[in-house]
Amino acid sequence: MINTLDQIFVLLKQWIVGLFPEVLQPIVGIVLCVVAIIVTFPALFAIAVLMERKGLGRMQNRIGPNRVGPYGILQPVADGLKSLTKEDIVPYKADAVVHFMAPVVLVVVVFMGYAVLPMGRNMTLVHMDAALLFYFAIGACTELSVFMAGWASRNKYSLLGAMRAVAQMISYEVPLLMSSVAVVMITGSLSLDKIVEAQNQYTWGLPHWYIFTPWGLAGFLMFAIAATAETNRSPFDLPEGESELVAGYFTEYSGFKFAEFFLGEYVGMLSISGLGTTLFLGGWSAPLEVLGFMPSWFWFFAKIMLSMCVFIWLRGTLPRLRQDQLMNFAWKFVLPMTLLNLLVAALWRFLGDGWLRWVVCSAILLGAYVLVGRTEMRRRHYGPRSYRYAE
Amino acid sequence: MLGEGILKGLAETAKNFAGSFVDKERLTTVEYPEERLPLPEASRNFPFLVYDGSDWEAGLRCVACQICEKECPPKCIYIDKSKDKKPDHVGKMQIYPAKFDIDISVCMSCQICVEVCPFEAIKMDTEYELATDDRFGGLLLDRHQLAKPNEYYHKIHPTEAAEVDARLAEEKAKAEAKARAAAAAPAKPAAPAAASSASAPVPAAAAIRPSAPAQAAKKEDVPSATPAPPKEGEAS
Repeated sequence: MINTLDQIFVLLKQWIVGLFPEVLQPIVGIVLCVVAIIVTFPALFAIAVLMERKGLGRMQNRIGPNRVGPYGILQPVADGLKSLTKEDIVPYKADAVVHFMAPVVLVVVVFMGYAVLPMGRNMTLVHMDAALLFYFAIGACTELSVFMAGWASRNKYSLLGAMRAVAQMISYEVPLLMSSVAVVMITGSLSLDKIVEAQNQYTWGLPHWYIFTPWGLAGFLMFAIAATAETNRSPFDLPEGESELVAGYFTEYSGFKFAEFFLGEYVGMLSISGLGTTLFLGGWSAPLEVLGFMPSWFWFFAKIMLSMCVFIWLRGTLPRLRQDQLMNFAWKFVLPMTLLNLLVAALWRFLGDGWLRWVVCSAILLGAYVLVGRTEMRRRHYGPRSYRYAE
Repeated sequence: MLGEGILKGLAETAKNFAGSFVDKERLTTVEYPEERLPLPEASRNFPFLVYDGSDWEAGLRCVACQICEKECPPKCIYIDKSKDKKPDHVGKMQIYPAKFDIDISVCMSCQICVEVCPFEAIKMDTEYELATDDRFGGLLLDRHQLAKPNEYYHKIHPTEAAEVDARLAEEKAKAEAKARAAAAAPAKPAAPAAASSASAPVPAAAAIRPSAPAQAAKKEDVPSATPAPPKEGEAS
């Protein structure tokens, strides 16, 4: 019974595939999985947008949307219909082909990341040995899409937004990778399936998730920061900063193309949440051994939605950074910390079991955190500006 | 330490989030179509015509003196005088507006019409839900749409309406006292004729200062009733 519920999607797929002749079966299987992903994640996107609008409202002591349907739950439907029926305007001097391609590239690339994410026991579309590598390779293509959009629009705001986006995404790509490398070092595999398997063990009913180790916690925090910046989320939403750049790289997009960017952003967030979950939060494994009876896919999606809530919470709390603050933070704080985390992960690996590695690793990380925070992130007080005028 | 402020901020928003579900004080939103805030007493937007009694047409205080039409800065009032006469609130026979239109798409809510009206006939309304799908006809209100009972005026501007009522009652009492005096001393049949002949030369003089309401009223040949000074002159 438990096993059936756990494997319900796998069994369903096998049953449907079984209806087709032998020759078609592999193709049908793949298509089924792809369709499932393409249906599920936009649905989650709709839920996430609703959660965001309601949650942000509550954080600002507002009610949030409550007009469409009971408690406003049909708001995403209304939003979708609105964006579908709006006029699609392409600027007169824009590069029409690239302008059209940019949102398509973004959505395609973002969905490709899901191919390697294990969403439950036996629920990985492609069992790839270098899954993590594939994920980051695909993830880096979003920068291309953003720059295509900014460049093809022939608008200074778009271009500025795209430049900012590229600078930011490339800067944060490095810590994102570095924090994941620690996990790879400990697990000894780039395969996301193996990474989840390694965390799916319990001692005294508690899971072996990587976040419950010093290096894992530090890695997770760095990963979360880098992921927020990578998905252009507040407080790192400079590329689209409304107060400065109209809407950044998608200023010139309207109608469904705009909706595609919106979809790409949120599906990208869901995807990177999924990766973070897989790497540090034990993927589809239950948070307690006694809760193991619940289906594995439930835990995966619960964790994803929980991290979406954290994204929303951060957005409701933090103001936007300035460009120099953003870059300083990436290169002077996050990157050194992730590099140090690699060292700590290695120490953890070779210090053997016991309390010693806990003490040593925690001490190093805490010390570095305080030290780097004090020295590099110190607030600088600039004097009054002085100007030199031409004589 | 680094990140302290962020944690503080997160705690604050979390408090807001949870608090907005328990504490009604936090949610200051007024959900407009269902609930609305009471309007302040001094609020105003477009004028309406006050009538006494139950019949709007008979009770209209307006005597079509056209002062408001003249004074209106954006010229949004259109008045046609009637050919016949009907008794006003003090019982005097007066002409009445056969047509009284206000184009509220032109009106700028300045309240000058209210200030110049000697009959307390036009007042400012507080009605603000005036959206219409017909931008010409829908915003041109005729006298039936403009006519609202005195009770309504009391409801929207209680203090002001009470003052107006007191003034009108005083005027009416004065008029009645005069009528009684006139009945007691039946030597005044020539008075109206004298008044009209006296007002005949006025327009030429009034043309110099057209903005003075009392003079403008005379220029438009408004039959007596309003300005107190001529009456006193009559009595003396």
